[in-house]
Amino acid sequence: MDIQTWTWVLVGLTFTLYIGIAIWSRASSTGEFYVAGKGVHPIANGLATAADWMSAASFISMAGLISFDGYDGSVYLMGWTGGYVLLALLLAPYLRKFGKFTVPDFIGDRYYSNIARVVAVICALIVSFTYVAGQMRGVGLVFSRFLEVDIDTGVIIGMFIVLFYAVLGGMKGITYTQVAQYCVLIFAFMVPAIFISIQMTGNPIPQLGFGSAGTDGVYLLDKLNGLHEELGFHEYTSGSKSKIDVFFITAALMVGTAGLPHVIVRFFTVKKVSDARKSAGWALLFIAILYTTAPAIAVFARTNMIETVSNTEYDDLPEWFSNWESTGLITFDDKNKDGIVQYVADKNKNELTIDKDIMVLANPEIARLPNWVIALVAAGGLAAALSTAAGLLLVISASVSHDIIKKIINPKITENGELIAARLSAVVAVIIAGWFGINPPDFVAATVALAFGLAAASFFPAIILGIFYKRMNKEGAIAGMIVGILLMLYYMMKFKFDWFGGGTKDDWWLGISPEGFGTVAMFVNFIVSIVISSFTPEPPTEVQEIVDNIRMPNNAGEAQKH
Amino acid sequence: MNTTKQQKYWKENLKYLAILLSIWFLVSYVFGILLVEQLNTIKLGGFKLGFWFAQQGSIYVFVILIFIYIRLMNRLDKKFNLES
Repeated sequence: MDIQTWTWVLVGLTFTLYIGIAIWSRASSTGEFYVAGKGVHPIANGLATAADWMSAASFISMAGLISFDGYDGSVYLMGWTGGYVLLALLLAPYLRKFGKFTVPDFIGDRYYSNIARVVAVICALIVSFTYVAGQMRGVGLVFSRFLEVDIDTGVIIGMFIVLFYAVLGGMKGITYTQVAQYCVLIFAFMVPAIFISIQMTGNPIPQLGFGSAGTDGVYLLDKLNGLHEELGFHEYTSGSKSKIDVFFITAALMVGTAGLPHVIVRFFTVKKVSDARKSAGWALLFIAILYTTAPAIAVFARTNMIETVSNTEYDDLPEWFSNWESTGLITFDDKNKDGIVQYVADKNKNELTIDKDIMVLANPEIARLPNWVIALVAAGGLAAALSTAAGLLLVISASVSHDIIKKIINPKITENGELIAARLSAVVAVIIAGWFGINPPDFVAATVALAFGLAAASFFPAIILGIFYKRMNKEGAIAGMIVGILLMLYYMMKFKFDWFGGGTKDDWWLGISPEGFGTVAMFVNFIVSIVISSFTPEPPTEVQEIVDNIRMPNNAGEAQKH
Repeated sequence: MNTTKQQKYWKENLKYLAILLSIWFLVSYVFGILLVEQLNTIKLGGFKLGFWFAQQGSIYVFVILIFIYIRLMNRLDKKFNLES
């Protein structure tokens, strides 16, 4: 069978599975819609969290980024896993004990203020929308390559599927669908990696394979460093970013991970505080399987790619090259008219441009793996993008129906009314996200990375101080969140979108890129919060009792009834 | 439960957090970023050690840290009779 038939079959089968699960586990109450009736087993919750977390960015883009950036790509690996340590140790158990539905719920109650709640809702919406737009685009990309439809049609198909099970099933539908999606995506990621590792090094474990010697007896990484040197690129195992920037980007990604509302909300779905801790551990274990394999894929793909195309006659290039050329994601411009591909670092001599996003999708083709493996990768990419999009949509709809309508506009709304509002806001959110997927502002890719900076700059300090600093009051927290998110937005708009006079790399404050600036904004948030709170009255006794209470793991209790 | 017992539990918890987060910082920020060149002079098979910590080792340690934390806290909850 050819690649396209295989893709239809595998994508069709996996989608039937997801939708079947969504129907089977239809939610009936608001509590179930948001957080799965709080009865999910820690391992199932860990699997769902892992699928929720690993988006199109992790599955499709990350290994490609590492493969071009080498050591600099470590920021994603450490940043997106190290955040779980913060989440498990500093946030998950306490937020579960607190026992509400959403992050703005915690901020609103802990800081006894609807203003704090509204600020938190706005931050949650900004973070979630920037993130979800990138996912819809990822779905469109996969469809356009493998089903040969244009990218807009791909996005629209994806919108309907996400809508269908997010609206119908709510969190419970999502939890079990995401368990299935994790299995599909990890299988799809590992199979080609294992195949290629055996092919190139004889070692079936990719994590060890990329540190082993190839068939010619030379260590793979040494060979790749040699190739890079020959072609004028920076050494693969060293970076080209400054140390301070690597440090700050890693920190922003870690803290941002811990502050992402769609990840935090997953820890409300288990029965006990100790289960919330366990969930975080399982989630990271399942995530680590993909994250430790990605750098191996990066090395395999990079070496294979250079060896296949560099100094090869254009007419002798394999079929995958022309397939991807037709999507416009690979371009060849024969500058010296010798009919041979020159792939070098020097921009004036280089003739080949490759979009970093295609490396994972093209990798099995480059390594000449069977067609079903290539199709499997497409199904895995879709699973990753859809599961994250669905989780984010749920956060958006919960923010609107629960945090804004129920808590602020109309507290007397019935449970049924709230459920309808939640579903309607999910529909609106899908349409807006789809619109962004079809008409991406040039900066979607950049904004996805920045969503982490925004989460780090806004939520993280307010939540941490809310748990670990009893004296923290509403004045401090509100001022901190507003200053943090505005500072981050300012820096991002100045250096990414050229607003406020713009600026280049040389104008960066202390040499810190916009991606790493979330760390700076987070520190500013902490300082502002603590200083302002020490000049304003301490929080009321009831609130201080709440803090004492969430620090103790016993009697976590069920979700509060509405 | 009385307040002194609560304070004791909380102090113990903070002590665990301090130790575990120091290791978290050490393997990623120190080994993987700050001292990466120095560690890269040591080789582990085909891996330079600093590079390995940045792309592999730190992640393994993160997973282990969370499971150690789960064990420590379960034991602490038991000691203070705080299981639910």
